[in-house]
Amino acid sequence: MNAIEAGHLVKRFGAVTALNDVSLTVTEGKIFGFLGPNGAGKTTTIRLLTGVLTPDAGTVHINGIDIHRHPLDAKMQMGVIPESSTVYGDLSAEQNLQLSGKMYGMPRALRDERIDELLSRLGLSEKRRNPVQTFSKGMKQRVSIACAIIHRPRVLFLDEPTSGLDVQSRRLVIETIHHMNEQGSTIFLTTHNIEEANTLCQTVCIINKGKIVAQDSPERLKKMFDTTQSVEVSFDRTVTQDLFVAEGILRAEPCGDKWRLYTDNPDRVLKYIVRRAERESIGITSLTTSGPSLEEAFVQITECA
Amino acid sequence: MMEVPLFLRGILVITGKNMRLYYTKPPVLMFGLLFPLFMFFAFFVGRHLDLTTFFPAFLAMMLFFTASSVGPLITPWEKREKTYERLLSYPVTQDSIILGDVAAGAIFGIGISLLVWIASVFFVSVTVMNIGLFILAFILGTLSCATLGVLLAAPASNSPPNVMIFSNLIRFPLIFISGIFVPLEQMQGWALALAYCSPLTYLVDLFNAAMSGTSVFSPLADCGILIGVSAGFILAARVIQKRNMMKGM
Repeated sequence: MNAIEAGHLVKRFGAVTALNDVSLTVTEGKIFGFLGPNGAGKTTTIRLLTGVLTPDAGTVHINGIDIHRHPLDAKMQMGVIPESSTVYGDLSAEQNLQLSGKMYGMPRALRDERIDELLSRLGLSEKRRNPVQTFSKGMKQRVSIACAIIHRPRVLFLDEPTSGLDVQSRRLVIETIHHMNEQGSTIFLTTHNIEEANTLCQTVCIINKGKIVAQDSPERLKKMFDTTQSVEVSFDRTVTQDLFVAEGILRAEPCGDKWRLYTDNPDRVLKYIVRRAERESIGITSLTTSGPSLEEAFVQITECA
Repeated sequence: MMEVPLFLRGILVITGKNMRLYYTKPPVLMFGLLFPLFMFFAFFVGRHLDLTTFFPAFLAMMLFFTASSVGPLITPWEKREKTYERLLSYPVTQDSIILGDVAAGAIFGIGISLLVWIASVFFVSVTVMNIGLFILAFILGTLSCATLGVLLAAPASNSPPNVMIFSNLIRFPLIFISGIFVPLEQMQGWALALAYCSPLTYLVDLFNAAMSGTSVFSPLADCGILIGVSAGFILAARVIQKRNMMKGM
């Protein structure tokens, strides 16, 4: 069954067409990544899918319920974490969660139980009675996430959930996404972080200029658009680009204290580097290979479109 | 079918949230509480006016200011804090948000005005000739003023100060043309024509009918106009908010 079905969505803001005939489906229980450059239409799409905005044309079904005909029933199925942490600063973390629970019609006892569980899971138990306006950005985002999942939604929408967060908060958010998915929730995630999409999502959809330009698994997207692999190497002393003029090396780029060598034959490049370093008496301090990256695929797809 | 209880619950929860968050906000206290009191002191105290005669008008003014002070603040405040988007993603509709805002304004208006009326009983000899009409005036007055407050917040803006200034630009002239400081019977020409256009005129008249038994219009007409005006304000707010949704809030 499809958890999210959007058909031929069109959204215009004056003369600007923000979304142009966007259709997508997300299978129940999957983590779906929605990528795109700034202004591509990611946030507009998520607002249309969650019923925050009304489309000029097209349909949205959440677990088979038409969100524009039955908005309340459809919204009961979902939790939404908007782009910025949107919680009431005057209220405490606990009061924000109580409000969310009431919005979803949860009885008091269940609300209390879930609030204890979520605050503990997200590391907010000690500050549960403090006003949220005194929290850091990461803590506010954790409260925002807790508000969206208090009723254990079947579909969870996250708009750039880790943007601007510190490492600890980011990890907690990622863990929570995994946990919700393990519990059976379908996840719709927009992100700028390609690596995040690569590791989290089973399907990735790329939008550019209001149109969907690619949709597949991260691995297939990478293979479809880029067969180039890379070798990263660092030495115990500074070397020049001349060292990397050899057959099999397509291009060489300095990358911090390392060099990244793009190739379609990593085995040949590895052997060349070892041989050359030995001949020139240069010590190799690190040597790694990596496959085609989703970032490369993303750049190629969005540049082509 | 499941949508009706969800809709009603949404209104209830939003009303509770508004009461908790916005009743103590400085603009509400300033324009909803202190301002009508200042107006009372400025226009009624020390001018040898018969307070008993002017009390219905003062009560209507109090109700008008209190009930219409909460609505203009809520939506722009929530848009500025970006909580409005989350609110819309909950199982609520824009209609439940509008009605929740109206209810919060109406409860604030009734609460404060009732307190003022009860306190006034000790200082001014106020009589209520028709208690049923008095209660009806309270209910219809708060409803029409609260819906006006929500309508004033409907144009897309995420700046509470701008909306409060705009709302005061509308609200202040109304108190001078609605028979509060100058009784309707003494008005003529353009002033009277303007008074007929103000919903506050009919509230003042209804309070006069309930408290002193004298009114310019029939109480039935006053009630009908206040109900019509409330419905009109809600519908206008709904249309504007829907248009905002289409435009992207």
